This record gives sequence, C-alpha cells and structure tokens, in this order.
Amino acid sequence: MSSSVGIVTAQRATFEQPLTFKSGAVLPRYELMYETYGTLNADKSNAILICHALSGHHHVAGYYADDTKNIGWWDNMVGPGKPIDTLKFFVIGLNNLGGCHGSTGPSSIDPATGKPYGSSFPVVTVEDWVNAQARLADQLGIQRFAAIVGGSLGGMQAMQWALAYPDRVAHVLAIATAPHLTAQNIAFNDVARSAILTDPEFHGGDFYQHGVVPTRGLRLARMLGHITYLSDDAMADKFGRELRHGKLNFSYDIEFQIESYLRYQGDKFAAYFDANTYLLMTKALDYFDPARELDGDLNRAFAAAKAKFLVVSFTTDWRFSPARSHEIVHALLHNRRDVSYAEVTSDHGHDSFLMEDTQYIAVMKNYLDRVGEECK
Amino acid sequence: MNASIIQSRPDFAAIAAWIPEGSAVLDLGCGDGSLLRYLRETRKVVGYGVEISDANVATCISNGVNVIQNDLESGLADFEDDAFDFVILSQTLQATKHTEALMKEILRVGREGIVSFPNFGYWKNRMQVMLGKMPVSHDMPYQWYDTPNVHLCTLHDFEDLCATHEVSILARHVMTEGNDVNVLPNLLGSMAVYRVKRAA
Repeated sequence: MSSSVGIVTAQRATFEQPLTFKSGAVLPRYELMYETYGTLNADKSNAILICHALSGHHHVAGYYADDTKNIGWWDNMVGPGKPIDTLKFFVIGLNNLGGCHGSTGPSSIDPATGKPYGSSFPVVTVEDWVNAQARLADQLGIQRFAAIVGGSLGGMQAMQWALAYPDRVAHVLAIATAPHLTAQNIAFNDVARSAILTDPEFHGGDFYQHGVVPTRGLRLARMLGHITYLSDDAMADKFGRELRHGKLNFSYDIEFQIESYLRYQGDKFAAYFDANTYLLMTKALDYFDPARELDGDLNRAFAAAKAKFLVVSFTTDWRFSPARSHEIVHALLHNRRDVSYAEVTSDHGHDSFLMEDTQYIAVMKNYLDRVGEECK
Repeated sequence: MNASIIQSRPDFAAIAAWIPEGSAVLDLGCGDGSLLRYLRETRKVVGYGVEISDANVATCISNGVNVIQNDLESGLADFEDDAFDFVILSQTLQATKHTEALMKEILRVGREGIVSFPNFGYWKNRMQVMLGKMPVSHDMPYQWYDTPNVHLCTLHDFEDLCATHEVSILARHVMTEGNDVNVLPNLLGSMAVYRVKRAA
C-alpha cells in the first residue's frame, strides 16, 4: 500500500532581502535548497514542513534520477500511503541556513570576499532558521501549514514555529525533542565541538583556503554523538563485547566490533559533512530555550502557541528523554492547548525517531490522518 | 455513535449529566477515548485522557481525543493543582494498585472527581460468592486468575474510604443494567457513579 515518492528534484530558492540573525549579524542574501513532494491543493491548506535535525537536509524522501541509491532520510515516514502521506499533503523538506547541502552556509562563497564564509558565517539559532523557513513559505505562497514536523533539533524548530508564528501552523508534531538542552547535553556538544576546534586542520574555521578538512575532529565529534544516539541495550545487543578477530591482540588497533562500527560511522560522516556546519548545528541546539527570556517559565513561553500538538518520545532515548517531552506537554496543558503525547517503547535510543516502529508509525499516521481530514 | 455508546456504557450518561458545558475534564484510564469523545460532542468539554496502552493511545489519537500516555499509578505529575473542573475515573478504580494515593491525586488536580466502579456488594455477586465462586458478571467480566481488578469494593467500602480521607460525596448514581436503583443500592445496584470533592 505504501511506496516511494519516486524520483525527486532538489530546488533552490533565492532570497535577496537581508536576514538579520538573533546575534545581530546580517546576511544580505542567501539561498535555501528544498524539495517538495505531493501537490499543493487549491486553497494551499495541505502543506507540511519537515524540519531536519543535526545532520539532516532537504532530501527527505524519494531518490534522484541520477542517483537512485540516494534515498531521502525519512523515506519510511514520507510517501504515498505513509504517515506523512504525499497523496494528501504537499510536503516540503529544506536544508537549513548554515547547512552543507547546498543552502547558504560556511562552505558557500561570500560574494563580498569571493571566498568561503568559513569562520565569518554567523552563529545561527533555531529562531533564525524558522524566520528563514517562513520566508520560504512566503515564496511558495503558503500562509499556514497544516503541520510542521520535526525530530530532535527539528522538533525544536517545529515548536519555535508555534511560538513565533502561531497563526501560520495548525499542528506541530514534536518528536524526540526537548524545550532546551540539559547541562549534560550541552556538555556532549562541547566535547564534539572541542574535537573539531582543536583539530590542527580546522584553521579557525577557514580550512577551505588551506585545501584541508578537519577530518579527525569531525570524525571524533560524530563518534561521540553516535554513542549518545544509541541506547546501552541496543549497543549491547548489536555489538556486545564481540571481538573482530576473535581474540585479544594487546594493541590499540580496532579490536571490539563497536570500535569498528563507530570509526566507520565517523569516517563516513567526516567524508561529506562540513565541520563548521557541525559547530553551528550543535550551537543552535545549545542556545534553544524559549523560556530563557521569561525567567525560565516555559508555561509563559507556550502561552503564545495556538497549534495543536502531538508530542512523541521514546523510552530508551536518554539524550532527549521522555521526561523532557513531559516538560513540553506540561506547558501545553498549563495553557489548555490541544496536545497528545505518545511514549513509544523502543530499543533504539534517540535514533528511534528515524526508525520504523509499528506503534510510532500508527501514532503518526492516525494523527496525520486527522490533520488530512481538516485540509479537505 | 451516542446511542450505542450509552447502551454499552450506561455510566457515561450519568457522568455527562453532572458536567456543565465547556468544562475542563481529565479522564484517567480513558481507554479508546469514547467517554471524552462523548463529552466533547454532548458537553463541549475541553478534555484530556491519560492512558497507558499503546493500542488505546493510537485509537484515541484516531478519535481526535487528546491523550497523554502515562501510567496513572505513577501520579499525575503532568497536571497542576485544580487544573480541571472534573477528573473522571470511570470503571478503573478497582484496577488501581495505589488506590488511596490516586484518590488524593484526583482531588488535587480536579476541583471535583467523578468515580464509577462495579459494586461488589451487588446481590448477584454475593450469590456467586455464597455458592462458592468468585463473581463473574457484565461489569466484572473476568475470571479470578486473569482479572485486572485488584481493589474491588462495595458502595459501603467506597463511602468509608471517602469518610476517612476527608472526601465529600456530592452525589451518587447507582444503576443496574442501565436502570436507576434507589432502593437498597448496595444490594441491588451493579455499578455506581460518585461525584466527590475535597471536604472543606
């Protein structure tokens, strides 16, 4: 019944109007890469925006004609007959500002200097992203989204939409996310950033001119991140204490399977991801805190929201634990907003939000089927 | 939908009768969300349910009912004091482990509580015990070995609990097979719905 959206094409939107960042920095012009799936209905009421997490991008579903193996990162969730049903909805995926998949970011050429932005690219926040996304929506003629969906850092963007543009989003699906990071979570990000910042080939962020890439730092950052995205149990199940060569070698080479796996993941990631983008993304995570200017009162922050919410967490996710989702639910309840909360039993830790789990899919599908009814 | 729901769950109409239009309602152990849906359609309530089962949570969402997936035994930490006009515990009391603690939580979170449960003192239940068997009935359709009901009680038992926990009973509605019972309720009623609040 469900299938792929098939061949998709990435598009580029250009914005000539300057964007002022939360930091005060100004980007005179910028570009955003995006993809769309499905058809926008006549009254433009069936649009769904997908916000990506740390390493995500605009290629959410389907594949490219010239690269059929390059399947979108949320293809199990987005497509005909899938929970985010492209037969009903007009779905937009984009690569955020500061990204490294074609949207204006640190590796893009700064027209003012003719060189990559590198260290001069502004520190970007979730608020800035959402402002940029709103302009993309303007360009596509979408006044109000039927739903905005995101996991992890993407969930923060989805929430921010409800707070900053309450009249422009009917439903928010905030998955495996948090109203702000804990100290422990910031600490993980800082270690990851330190790995990049101290790589001799980082050159203060301007490594492009030196023709090098801080691969070691990026690789370490990803390895650390990866550990925190999995659960202890999932790792134990998958790798246990299994040795690659069946015996101890009394060396520092790869011996345990988990080491092999982590290094492979690190290498794979470092081969395509931009180190500056990684820094920006983790900083955006650290900074997000809608209650910060309201004495830490999340209830007051959510008073602005008008959207209906679906909040989803996963039992073994310790990086964005169910308790963090409860904080969001609590603030919504305080403001008497419509909210449903599902706590999905899953072994896969934070990564669960990208996995195919029967209950998770059922909850998403049932919720979005109702959203679809409202768009008719 | 309303007619068939009322037939299978006569306590729904009794509960709805006490709830003014537009009230804020929390339904603990809300199942598939039928009661909340019924109250939304008939009383225009702002409602939320708490439910632990995956299947029920998915069905509530499908029914367009706000549901918070949680174990109500672990407390109602998501909810603030006096957050709701009514907190409903419908046919769930007898299956709760920490019944006393839950009663306190209900009246912390709700200005009033509505509690319905099968009456263990119903004469047919007494008969079955007299004949040497654990009762099995429409309201308690389980065998002794598979029942989720760990805290069955009679009307007298529940009223004693209220008395010792400074809970005032505002109203009581006793029924058997959907018909009101006014005479000898603890003997002739198969189930009861109570409207309670904290004693001033």
